[in-house]
Amino acid sequence: MFQLLTPEGTATGAAELPDPETRLRLYREMRRARHFDDRGWVLYRQGRLGVFPPFGGMEASQCGTAAALTADDWLFPTYRDTGAALTLGLPIARALAYWRTSPHGWAMPENLKVLPFYIPIATQYPHAVGAALAEKRKGTRNVAMAYIGDGGSSEGDFHEALNFAGALDAPCVFILQNNGWAISVPTRSQTRATNLSRRAEGYGIPGVRVDGNDVLATYHVTREAVERARNGGGPTLIETVTYRVKPHTVADDPSRYRTEEDNAGWDAKDPVLRLRTHLLAEGLMTEASEAALLKEVADEFEAALQEADGYPEPTPAEILDHVFAEPTPQLARQRAQILAEENA
Amino acid sequence: MTAAAPRTETRTMTMVAAINDALDLALAADPTVHIFGEDVGVMGGVFRATDGLQARYGAERVFDTPLAEAGIVGMGIGMGLAGLKPVAEIQFAGFLYPALDQVLSHLGRYRHRTRSRYHLPMVVRAPYGGGVHTPEQHADSPEAILAHTPGVKVVIPSTPSDAKGLLLSAINDPDPVFFFEAIKLYRSVKEDVQTGDYRIPLGKARVVTEGNDVTVICYGGMVEVAQKAAAAAQSAGIGVEVIDLRTLVPLDTETILESVQKTGRAVVVTEAPRTGGFHSEISAIIAEEAIEYLHAPVVRVTGFDAPYPPFTAIEDVYRPNAVRVARAIRQVMEY
Repeated sequence: MFQLLTPEGTATGAAELPDPETRLRLYREMRRARHFDDRGWVLYRQGRLGVFPPFGGMEASQCGTAAALTADDWLFPTYRDTGAALTLGLPIARALAYWRTSPHGWAMPENLKVLPFYIPIATQYPHAVGAALAEKRKGTRNVAMAYIGDGGSSEGDFHEALNFAGALDAPCVFILQNNGWAISVPTRSQTRATNLSRRAEGYGIPGVRVDGNDVLATYHVTREAVERARNGGGPTLIETVTYRVKPHTVADDPSRYRTEEDNAGWDAKDPVLRLRTHLLAEGLMTEASEAALLKEVADEFEAALQEADGYPEPTPAEILDHVFAEPTPQLARQRAQILAEENA
Repeated sequence: MTAAAPRTETRTMTMVAAINDALDLALAADPTVHIFGEDVGVMGGVFRATDGLQARYGAERVFDTPLAEAGIVGMGIGMGLAGLKPVAEIQFAGFLYPALDQVLSHLGRYRHRTRSRYHLPMVVRAPYGGGVHTPEQHADSPEAILAHTPGVKVVIPSTPSDAKGLLLSAINDPDPVFFFEAIKLYRSVKEDVQTGDYRIPLGKARVVTEGNDVTVICYGGMVEVAQKAAAAAQSAGIGVEVIDLRTLVPLDTETILESVQKTGRAVVVTEAPRTGGFHSEISAIIAEEAIEYLHAPVVRVTGFDAPYPPFTAIEDVYRPNAVRVARAIRQVMEY
């Protein structure tokens, strides 16, 4: 398993470490993601955010991989990948709106090719193949990146997508976040082949297994895969080995299926603290500069929350918007019905 | 010298030739059009609908995929997102089922779930229906499943001319369209088809024959069956108006209702299973909108709630024929 930073924060493989500026950027991205996750819980309990799937503890797996993309690339995130989407540039207010069940969270910004979070499992993997192939046909160097969890690798779409991407040589990077659990089912019950990166071999594409709590490592291997795809080298499967320390969603009770023993040791592998130790030890960050960063991150979140608070609620007839470019006569009649009932 | 009347060139074509012609024109007109599926490249498709297209447009624009229907539709969704016009072929409509997750979960709702930031100008072509003694699972009529799925259009032509004009409309439509082609009609009918690009708008039914006594509503492979029954009824003095819906979504309810208001009697014919079929939707629309015009209850002539049988000797029991339609016409006349 590829690693650049031990859980104690000691760097190994100096030649492969990203430059100091990138390391600081990765720290900032992980802090923004964690802040979203932390505040999300509070907002949920206050009734200001709907049910959402937390990702705290998986920041290195998400931010390190997404940071390897540019705004011209495609990102297909699952519901647990808010951290990845924020890293690519999804505005915090949009992410909040999505988890508030507001249509404003479905309207992604024009300057990004990030899709709304996918609820069905692994179904977006083939979409990434198609988007990647289209970019290739158009003669760009843009790539598509898609995420799933370990449970997603049991789905047929996962296998079809990897096979299609290999057969058609699509510039695609598949991120498989092995976070140990598909709700209550541990990876060992999900499959007998628990080294998930090796599934790539079956499709003739490279498979990489990386410490998913080491952001320097996830960034490094993803950048390599993205570069390979850009240069015509085809797809890669990256398994980030991490742990879902939080429940499946804020409404889930993992004590029904998970023991203290399962959780043991994962707090010590915390990806944010790991990079923090390294940055402080290397003198790239001081306690004072970190405090300033944390304040900036918190201020940015509160401003975004205010923006999201300002999004108007949808009106009833909006249910029928955006079904087709032009509403069919059937939809037009149903709209008239909603409006009539509204005004009755 | 007199001014020449605008001349329309025509060529005699089967339905499969008309479909090939439409695909050829679409590929020539728009470099974003891409055709893919199982065996569509070198082989030109099992029914030869894509014959010669890979040779003409190259293996990047007309290409074979791995054998996986969910992958074909799922990949097409990604291609559509990224600005191409995917035209996928599913070898038989009965093989569409593995891809239904992609259709129901994504294809129909992409515009909606991105608030029109993205739309999917994708066409999925699939041969459907019985009457040619195919093996198991080659004769299914799953159109009602698609018509029930929000966000996808459903087109089912019944003539070569319609097939070409509707397919060109489907490919140029900004939204996903399912295009079902009756296997029975691929080579059994020939007619003069206009050469060059022309479009038949989605959502406009065709009045096949006019009549004042009974309206028979049908589409695809059932149109010729209804026509035979209508001709028989005609010689017995019953005027039958046959309506070919052409598209189930959008649905031309106006033409249906106008006709039923005139005739006061309706027979709906499909070869799909009985329960929850599109025939039931038509019957319900007539009941809701025109019941006061009816002289008799609406009668459905359909397949049965059993898998389509591949047994040549009795296939015709399942698939409606002119005799059953004629019986239904008599039933509504004698009510």
